[in-house]
Parts: sequence; C-alpha cells; structure tokens
Amino acid sequence: MTATALRVLAQLRHDPRTVAMVVVVPVVLLTLLWWIYDDGGPVFQRVGPALLALFPVIIMFLITSITTLRERRSGTLERLLSLPLSKVSFLLGYALAFGLVAVVQAVVASALMLGPLGLETAGPWGLLVLVAVLDSLLAVALGLFVSAFANTEFQAVQFMPAIVLPQFLLCGLLVPRDELPRALEYVSNVLPLSYAVDAMNAVSTQDSPDLTLELSVLVGFVVGVLLLGAATLRRRTP
Amino acid sequence: MGDVAVEIRGLRVVRGGRPALDDVDLTVRGGTLTGLLGPSGAGKTTLMRAILGVQVVAGGEVRVLGRPAGSPDLRHRVGYVTQAPSVYEDLTVEENLRYFARILGAPHHAGADAGQGPVSVDEALETVGLGPNRRQMVRTLSGGELSRVSLATALLGSPELLVLDEPTVGLDPVLRDSLWTTFRQIAASGTTLLVSSHVMDEAVRCDRLVLLRAARVLADTTPDELLRSTGTTDADAAFLHLVRHGTEEVHP
Repeated sequence: MTATALRVLAQLRHDPRTVAMVVVVPVVLLTLLWWIYDDGGPVFQRVGPALLALFPVIIMFLITSITTLRERRSGTLERLLSLPLSKVSFLLGYALAFGLVAVVQAVVASALMLGPLGLETAGPWGLLVLVAVLDSLLAVALGLFVSAFANTEFQAVQFMPAIVLPQFLLCGLLVPRDELPRALEYVSNVLPLSYAVDAMNAVSTQDSPDLTLELSVLVGFVVGVLLLGAATLRRRTP
Repeated sequence: MGDVAVEIRGLRVVRGGRPALDDVDLTVRGGTLTGLLGPSGAGKTTLMRAILGVQVVAGGEVRVLGRPAGSPDLRHRVGYVTQAPSVYEDLTVEENLRYFARILGAPHHAGADAGQGPVSVDEALETVGLGPNRRQMVRTLSGGELSRVSLATALLGSPELLVLDEPTVGLDPVLRDSLWTTFRQIAASGTTLLVSSHVMDEAVRCDRLVLLRAARVLADTTPDELLRSTGTTDADAAFLHLVRHGTEEVHP
C-alpha cells in the first residue's frame, strides 16, 4: 500500500502544474462565487458550504478516474497484477496518496472560505474541514471505481456528468431535498453527495451539529466503493 | 537445471471469437533460453500471457515451476516484460525500479552478497546498462532505453523464470546483440528465459526454438536441427520453408 502511495506521490511531485491546479482551481471558483453573490451576501452564505463540498468532488473525481485509466491503458496495471501486490493494497495506495492531496485541497479551500471570504458557520470550523476531506475522499473512491468501466479517456471523462452531476442536481443545493418530488427524494437518499451537502449545511447552521449519520454514510461509501473497485480488478483478462 | 519450468498440455485460448491458441503442447526445461518465434498474430503474446496466468483460457493445462499458472506464490518467481514498455513515464528510471522493488521485496542497493540473493535496483540497472540514466525521467528516454527500463524491472527480486515479450523489437543491431548476451548470462546463472521475437536471426542465440504459426506450434526444435531439417543456412529461410511446406515436414 505504501509502495503504491509513495509512487503516486512521486508522480505528482514531477507534475507540479497538476498539484497547483488541484489547489488553485477551487480557490478561484469559490472566490468567483463570493463575487457574483454580492460580495458574500446571504445567497453565498447559503450555498457556499455546499459548493465547498462539490467543487473538490468534481476535480478529484476527474483526476483519479483519468489516472487509473492511464494505468490500465499503459500496461502497468496488467504487470502489477502479475506481481505480489494485492488488489486492495493497490487501490488503498491510490486512495492514500490522493487522500493527502484532498486534505491539502480541503484545508486551503476551507481556510479561504472561513477567512478572506467571510463564510459564517455556526459549528466548529474543524468539522467543516473534516467533511470537505471526506467528500474529496469519496470522489477519489468513485473515480477509482468508475475507471474500471471506461475503456477510453472519452468514456472516463463522460462519467463525470453521468455520475457526479445527477448527485449535484439532487443533493439539495438547487431544491431542498425534502421539497423534491417524492421519487427523487428517495433517490437522493441513497446518493452519497446528498449526505456530504447535508453535513456541510448542518455545520454551517448549527452550533454543535450531530453528524453521526452523515459521516457514517460517507465513510461507508468510501470503504464500500473502494472494495467494489478492488473487485473489478481482474488478474485474468480475455 | 534440467527440471521442467513450463509444462503446457492441450492449451486452447479464444480471443475475439477466433482461436488464438489451438491445442498447444509445450515443455520448457529449466535453465534454458527458449526462443518463441512466429509471425505477428501467431499467438506468441497469448501464449506468454497464459504462462503468466493473466490470460483467460478455454481449455488445457499450464503448469509453471510445478504450480498451476497464475498461482499467487508464482508472482514472486516469474518476471514478465510486456511487449509495450509498461513503466511510468512520469517517474525517473530509478523511481520506477524502486516501486517494483518495493512490491517484490527486492533491495535497493546490492548487499555484501552481490551476485547472490535477490537482484537489487542497482544490479538490475547495471545489467541493462542504464546506470548513468538512473535520474533521468523515463519520458525523455529513447525507445531502446525505455524497453531496457521495462526489462530491468523484470530482473528485480529472485525470478526463476523470465518471460520477455519481444524485448528487442525496434532496437538497433548493436543493442540487440548486447541484450542477447545479457540473456545468455542470465540463463547461465540458472534462470529460465522464454523470449519472443519475430526477428529470425536472433533464433540462433537460443537453446531451443518454438515456432508458432496460426495458433499452433509449427516446430519445437534446436537452431541446428531447424537448419538441418529444412536444408537452409539461415533462420529466416528455415522459417519461410516451414511456413510454406510445414505440413509436409510434419507428415513427409
């Protein structure tokens, strides 16, 4: 696991532009959001926490799905699977490396929101950062998983609108989840991003929010999707 | 030496609805350098993948070092170089080797027992002549250097069998010659090598030759026998002779 994590981090170290974009792009987008909503007015205060969860999800999802697809296409994955490396430790290595990147990204984006952009949260800021990190980890796990079903970069890129955008529509950002048509509310109840946004909203509106349900669901999805991802790796291929 | 490294009986593989290997029998003795020759599409890569245990097979048996192909404990004992160099181009040569060495539990530097024990990163780089390039990014290497990085990763640890898929394709004659000298040295140390190629003049450097054509074994012989039985003087002509008159050779 650490071997793979160290290798992925070494690859990132040789690619400072990608790392810079991972950190800078959410910062720019959140600043833009602050600007268009009347220099951090009430709408910004309402949608800010949800978008703090969503922007990193989109970025990390794309990065991980493309990276692992590259591993499949370059033949390195086939070779790794002929070596004494367990499939779970391979995926955990990726999750660990990208998880570290996600932590940096979440800390920087949260610091920007809470500091210069003046997002007011009722709950503790540490919890906000924790939820942001978990959201990014969820995106990493989902990205690793869906890359199993993509044969080309074209397909991999389209998984973003296919997997992430429906969750974006149903997560409660556009219409509160309990005001959705009944069928859609049920659908949103089983989508992980709904819980990510619920958790963010709870932190921003409650003094001492109880996030047991939301955090459990997020952690459960991260672990479950990673295990599913390991199950999709095949040592024997046609 | 002398033990059976690979034993294949009645192997059948279907790819894309057509037989990629059709009732293939093959025995590779330990410590030998066996050349796997044949035109493109003959089934060389599929046969190698079956030996590695990464190929879905339709029937037959493949045993490697006394185990069914693909057994978990073989992953330490069999080194594989795929046809396309499968290394990370966004890492340096050394970082690539260190990663594979960590997975295999191979050391980074040669120990006091250099030449014995598991092959280290330093020794593998030395063997393929990439010592001076160790800090170079893989994407800036030439094609020949790239395939040697891929080869070096397969040498790490303690492989008893090396399966090399066209390791010399696209290389210049000087480099090809030096790689074949390396293969001979590795075989002399007791490691079994199975090397595929479609360059027939490399055939004379092998102990045994297996000729594949259209999913079947056309001949399993030695370089000398091949030339004698076909009445030719070079491997290219011998192979052409076998391909054109193959059935008459088998049933004269």
